[in-house]
Amino acid sequence: MDAHLKCQIKESIIRGLLFFIACIAVIGVLLIIIFVFQEGWPVLAKYGLGKLLSGTEWMPTSEVYGLLPLIVGSFYVTLGSLVLGVPLGIACAVFMAEIAPEWMVKLVRPAINLLAGIPSVVYGFFGLVVLVPMVRMLFGGIGFSLLTGGIILAIMILPTIISISEDALRAVPRDYKEASLALGATHWQTIYRVLIPAAKSGIVTAVILGMGRALGETMAVIMITGNTPLVPKSLLDPGATLTGTIGQEWAYAAGEHAQALFTVGIFLFVLIIIINSSALIFARKKVGNR
Amino acid sequence: MRFWPRLMQKIAFGVLWGSAIVTISFLVLIIFFILKEGLPSVTWEFLTTEPEAMGREGGIFPTIIATIYLTVVSVIMSAVIGVGAAVYLTEYTRDSGVTKVIRFATETLAGVPSIIFGLFGFAFLVTFLQLGFSILSGAITLSLMLLPTIIRTSEEALKSVPNSYREGSLALGANKWTTIVKVVLPAALPGIITGLVLSLGRSIGETAAVWLTVGGSLNIPISIMDSARPMTLHLYTLAAEGLSLPRAYATASILIIAVWLVNTITNLLMARFSMKLRA
Repeated sequence: MDAHLKCQIKESIIRGLLFFIACIAVIGVLLIIIFVFQEGWPVLAKYGLGKLLSGTEWMPTSEVYGLLPLIVGSFYVTLGSLVLGVPLGIACAVFMAEIAPEWMVKLVRPAINLLAGIPSVVYGFFGLVVLVPMVRMLFGGIGFSLLTGGIILAIMILPTIISISEDALRAVPRDYKEASLALGATHWQTIYRVLIPAAKSGIVTAVILGMGRALGETMAVIMITGNTPLVPKSLLDPGATLTGTIGQEWAYAAGEHAQALFTVGIFLFVLIIIINSSALIFARKKVGNR
Repeated sequence: MRFWPRLMQKIAFGVLWGSAIVTISFLVLIIFFILKEGLPSVTWEFLTTEPEAMGREGGIFPTIIATIYLTVVSVIMSAVIGVGAAVYLTEYTRDSGVTKVIRFATETLAGVPSIIFGLFGFAFLVTFLQLGFSILSGAITLSLMLLPTIIRTSEEALKSVPNSYREGSLALGANKWTTIVKVVLPAALPGIITGLVLSLGRSIGETAAVWLTVGGSLNIPISIMDSARPMTLHLYTLAAEGLSLPRAYATASILIIAVWLVNTITNLLMARFSMKLRA
């Protein structure tokens, strides 16, 4: 009996310990929120949300913290990456799920995994030595631009878009495809009239997650967008993003400037949370629920 | 068969093939370009000597040590927490309010950009807890970033262990914890290890979060409280400050090879794992 009791106590201690360990993820999220908000709040409170968001000048050394140039910069590179990356990614996913021969799938999938694994700083380096001179040659300007950033981000979000869309396409019940083919539709008609609409929620999830990745990327963007916090007039202008500004300035920022970088972090965090929650909402919609 | 739909299909399939080829050629282009420029500079001496003049001269030995140090410490920390959490989620609870909160937190962690992790690590670990710019600060930050992957892959591995294993062990009189340690975890081990190797790759490649927490000292890190500069950060410094392009290419080559190695090991493990499951 005594041994049994001892055993029970041991079991409940282990249970409690494991529960605590499982809660570390929750504690981590809370700590991140608390510390980023605590550091960024003073600037937010001092200048007000409206003034920060509408300010067109980011000159932290003169205590002018307008976030508009950074928001526009992040918006442009993210948009650029989506415009280039989404069609290519979805096409690649359809190819993988529907028409690629077995040997091609075996070749492409590891390639995409490798593309996903390459460190962002290596992409940034590649952008710096290849894309920047290329953009300079083709479109003029200095080469360091929001367009260059968009191109490298497009390549970087491809793996996310391809693998999630491909899973969504493969999850469409076989009956859909067979019914469509039996009705005399061609394979391509079946793909774009039946399979893609049925996999729509999964594909949208893929795009949203890709968007989150592009918006949150730092190193690649820092190395090739030029880090010039001015409201860009064209895609060929250099610009600065929310992430890039934090990365570029944290090392020498002090006092209010450092706090302002945390304020930038708050905006980034809130944007990402909104984007990812909408991805989760789309992901929960089941295939075929239209 | 009508003519138009057939033609449309031909065109569409052509475009799809083209897009797959374009995607692969990006990869081939990036890898070949960097390896072609970088590999000739990767010599034994480059790997084993210390940098001089901020990295303009010499090798990258301390940065390799820093990367290994950071990766090992962060993966061990994250493995203990992640596998523990996965055991709790799969073996000890059914779907409840608590698990929903934990899952939501994990999903949130997975989406947070690395620069935010960096800001957090800088404010909380480096400044508030006064751990300073150190391997420890960096590894704790990294381990939080790796947590979602490790929890998810471990959970899947644990779920794939047939219930008959647990029932068999419990029926023999083993208690729950013994069953988990002696029966369930060994059976799930290949899947768990696959997840760990996967996060190894992520840890090697991470830059932004590490930048804000490890500092950037070029000395060889000995103590866990030492500041250091991993390879990724060194590559950034070399390239962004224009210190030495050949050394940047060489460092990028080593990073690519490391990631490729990790991916290959993951694939091999996964193949073995799925074969075992089928058997």
